[in-house]
Order: sequence, then C-alpha cells, then structure tokens
Amino acid sequence: MKVMEEIKLMKGNEAIAHAAIRCGCDGYFGYPITPQSEVMETLMQEKPWETTGMVVLQAESEVAAINMVYGGAGCGKKVLTSSSSPGVSLKQEGISYIACAELPCLIVNVMRGGPGLGTIQPSQADYFQAVKGGGHGDYKLIVLAPSSVQEMADFTVLALDLAFKYNTPSMLLADGIVGQMMEKVVLPPFVPRRTEEEIRQQCPWATTGKVNRKSNVITSLALQAEEMEETNLRLQRKYAQIVENEVRFEEVQCDDADYILVAFGSCARVGEKVVELARNEGIKLGLLRPITLWPFPTKKIQRLAKQVKGFMSLELSAGQMVEDVRLAVNGTVPVEFYGRQGGVVPLAEETLAALKEKLVK
Amino acid sequence: MTAKEIIKPENLVYTKTKVMTDVPMHYCPGCSHGVIHKLIAEAIEEMGIQEKTIGVAPVGCSVFAYNYLDVDFQEAAHGRAPAVATAIKRLQPDKCVFTYQGDGDLAAIGTAETIHTCNRGENIVIFFINNAIYGMTGGQMAPTTLEGMKTSTCPYGRNTDIYGFPLKISDLLAELDGTCYVTRQSVHKVGNIVKAKKAIKKALQNSMDGKGTSVVEFVSSCNSGWKMSPHKANLWMEENMFAKYPLGDLKDTEKKHYGQ
Repeated sequence: MKVMEEIKLMKGNEAIAHAAIRCGCDGYFGYPITPQSEVMETLMQEKPWETTGMVVLQAESEVAAINMVYGGAGCGKKVLTSSSSPGVSLKQEGISYIACAELPCLIVNVMRGGPGLGTIQPSQADYFQAVKGGGHGDYKLIVLAPSSVQEMADFTVLALDLAFKYNTPSMLLADGIVGQMMEKVVLPPFVPRRTEEEIRQQCPWATTGKVNRKSNVITSLALQAEEMEETNLRLQRKYAQIVENEVRFEEVQCDDADYILVAFGSCARVGEKVVELARNEGIKLGLLRPITLWPFPTKKIQRLAKQVKGFMSLELSAGQMVEDVRLAVNGTVPVEFYGRQGGVVPLAEETLAALKEKLVK
Repeated sequence: MTAKEIIKPENLVYTKTKVMTDVPMHYCPGCSHGVIHKLIAEAIEEMGIQEKTIGVAPVGCSVFAYNYLDVDFQEAAHGRAPAVATAIKRLQPDKCVFTYQGDGDLAAIGTAETIHTCNRGENIVIFFINNAIYGMTGGQMAPTTLEGMKTSTCPYGRNTDIYGFPLKISDLLAELDGTCYVTRQSVHKVGNIVKAKKAIKKALQNSMDGKGTSVVEFVSSCNSGWKMSPHKANLWMEENMFAKYPLGDLKDTEKKHYGQ
C-alpha cells in the first residue's frame, strides 16, 4: 500500500511545534514574544501531554524558560525553547551554562528588528550573538538557518539530532518572515519519545537518579584554573569536530558564476530572485546559502574565491555575516555588503542595483 | 570490657549516613550548612529515596552541596534553581526533587523563579538557608539582612531609608495557593535539630505525594560573615534573627486543586 505524504499549509512557527512533537521531544519551555508566539500556542493547542507525554510549560520569563531547559536537558530529555531577539538576549546566561555543562537542547530565535525593544518585523541582526558565542566565555552553538517553512520543521529535528550527537546546545536562527509566512510542508514522521531505559543508555551522565552507579552532577563550575582550562580545551576539541563534520550549505548556479551573493534564511529567498534578475541581464551571479551559520562554510567560500570576481553579502542587518565572508576570502577578491535594517526587507531589484553599483563595474 | 567487645553492630547507636560522602566540607566551623546537609542526607536514607532524589545546588556557599550529598545533582545559575527543579520534576514526576538555596539566591536574584515555582505548586522542596548575609562573596548585605545589621555593603548598618526592609519571603510564599507546607526551623540546638529533621522529611514526602511546593526555611548563623564566634553567633541569632523570623509552621495544608 502506498502511503501518501501528507502536505499541510502552515506558518513556520507552527511547523516547529508540530516537528517537536513528532520527533519525540520531552519538553518545551517558553515565554510569549512576537513574532514567534505561535510556537507555544500551537503546542498548547495540540496538548501533546495527552498523546506523546511531552511537557509544555509557559514560564514566568525567558530566563526561567532557559533554566528549565537546562534542568530538562540535564535529565537527558529532549527539550527546546523558543523566543525572539530581546528574549534570546535574556537567555544568554543560561545558554552559556548549558554549553559549558555540555547539555543537548534546542533554542529557537525567530529574529526581529533591534537593538532594544526594536520592532516586531523580521531581522537578522542577531547573527553575531548566535554564531560568536552570545553569552560569557568561549563557547559555540550549532546554528542552523532555515529559509522555508519546510526547513523550520526539518531543522527542528536536525538541530536536536546534532545537539545529542555532540552534547551541545543548537540554535535555529530564523526570522520573522520564516516564522510568520505560510507554506506547504511535509511534517516529519512520528518518532516515539525515548523510554527511561533508553535515556539512561544514551545519556549515562544525566540526572536520572543514582541507581547502581556513582551520583551524576551537572555543573559548569570549577574553582581550579587548570580544571577549567581542561573543560575549555575539551569544548574546543568538540567544536573542531563539528567544524570538520557539520558544515551545510546550498548553492544556486555557482558553477559558472562570476559573482556570488551570500545570503541565509529569508534573505536567501530574495537572493534566488536576484540571481534570476541578474542572469536575465547577462550577469553570471550565483547564490551561496549557508545552512549552518556556525560552523560557517569557510572552505566552500575559499574555493569559490578562486573562481569568482567578488562576493556580496545580503543581510537584514548592518552587515554581520559579511565579516565571516571576508575572513574566508581573506582579501583575495572584493567582498561587498548590502542590507536593510530595523525590520525592512530588501527587494530583489534594489539588491541587484546595489550589486551592480558595488561589484559589477 | 575490651574495645573488641564494644565494637559490635548491635551496640551501634550512631553512624554517618551513606547519603553523605567523605569529602571534607569547606564550610566554616560553626556554620549551619553542615548540620542541614546531614539532616537532609539522613532523611533521604531513612525514607529510602536516594535512588529517586535529585538535588539542585545554588550559587553561594552551598554551591558545592553536590560534593557532600550523594545523590544526582544539578548546579544551577544564581537564583534559577527553582526553574531548573521545575523541569526536572515535570519531566521525571516519579523523582523527589529539591533545591537548596541561600537568602541572596532565593530572595534577591531568584525572587521571580521562587515565587512562580511556588505559585505553580511545583511538587518540589525548597530548602532555604537564611543567614541574612552573602557568605561566599565575603559578607555583603542580603535581602534578609536585619535593620541596623552591619555588612560589607551596609557598613554603617542597614538603614531602611537607603536599603529597604528585610524581606520575609517565607511569609509571602505561604500566601501562595501553590505551597502546601511552609515552615521556619533552626539547627542551633538539639531540640531544634530534631524538629528540623521532621520538617525535612515531611517536605520530601510532600514532593513524593504531589501535594505542591514545600518550603523549609532554616534561620541560620554565619559566624564568619557576622564576625562572631560560633557560640556568640547563635546567641545573637536567637535574640535578633528569631525576633524578625520567628520559628514554626507558617502553612501546612494540601494545595488547592482546581478542576481541569
């Protein structure tokens, strides 16, 4: 019997909620903030505690929510939280603790314009915060950037898988467009939540109760400098492995390109149109879409730098990812930037005009 | 009678609980933490819940509680222990979950987490050590520092015009519908130790029975921070701390159960 794929129409935020239930999440902890409140609203509507047993809890603040994630992840449970820019700033302390304690979890940031209370319109201005650490200390998050509703669902599953593969927090860095727009989506298949026994096997470090073993302690504290340095070195070894294994990107017509537009998330959707318009005018433009913002596709950009005349980074910010493109290119060819800020989204036409002015001379 | 004849199992009247590790404690002589740790450990052993208990340590002097109590532990960020404990208990409802927090952790930086955890009636226990001072960072003013009391950040005494008033947080928590048991104890005398242990057991049982949040406050001394001898600190505590924070049950009832 042929099983028909069930295609649904929904918002990106809703897709995250459905994907979380389906991939066997044990808990969600969040605090309302626009433009991502549909994540928790959908979960509450679906009431998965009656079906899969997943816990959904509205916390008193983003600070409490991320610390609930810490507590749940420390039990080896599959847990996530979601928020938007100001809320994610509040979570940074907790994320730093989670990274240091080496706990797997997912943090979703559906970015909006900042700084400060900013706007509720889409932005990508939390790129630095997401990929450079965000909180205190030397740590990294695995950062995935979805550019469609389908990827909101798929990357929820992938980000949690990667988090458990490396015992490290991962982040879905989306924006208000991807969160709010409605598209067709095929939801991931249902996977049952892990049993207590499976969790004990998979996460022998978790606080599941001291049964026939030494007591487990989840902590990020070391009073001795040498001990803390060892923790740092262990983290760095892990991050090196992630850089080696987990870089993901998508190329659109890069093979014969003279110029490369680099864009992630919703900007990459604009970028596809820019490529089309440019090619209509005889400009050989390609699009490189980093899917993992950390680890960044540095080597891919270095390879492209040998064949093209220049890059332009397109972002909903004052220019953040462009710094990583420049680090990769290392001065061999020009790297320009175009972006809009504060919630304004660039049109394909104005982007092409900027490309011609800055790069194609 | 020889020593060999005396050292027999049937003559044993006291032994260290196996829920305490052999790690030497870092607490100052005269500090209340050691006694409270021991009482919690004994309660866990006597109730047979060592395999089911998960503790959450705070930031403060008792940050290393996990080195002394031999159960699974999570070390929380400053003030966030009740949020951490909330998730542990919600995701593992068969476990006995407690936080162990000082006055700065619970009643200053973590006030929101404390109140909302209690207000949700999370089935956890909050052990609250109130010694009216920040011990670990060197004796700064705490939310519970008494009026007129000198600390390194109120060196001329807590003037309420400048610093506000000592916070009776347990009284506040007793008002919340989610708490089932709020009590104030001390461990400075044998009689108080016996009562405190009963309170600890009752609170842990409440967590197992799903009755709501239990709060056990221990009015404690910090002789190092107070700059007194242990004996003098206890006398000062009786005279001054108990006047502001009187011992006894503030609330003992099952939480209100609302229909779905």
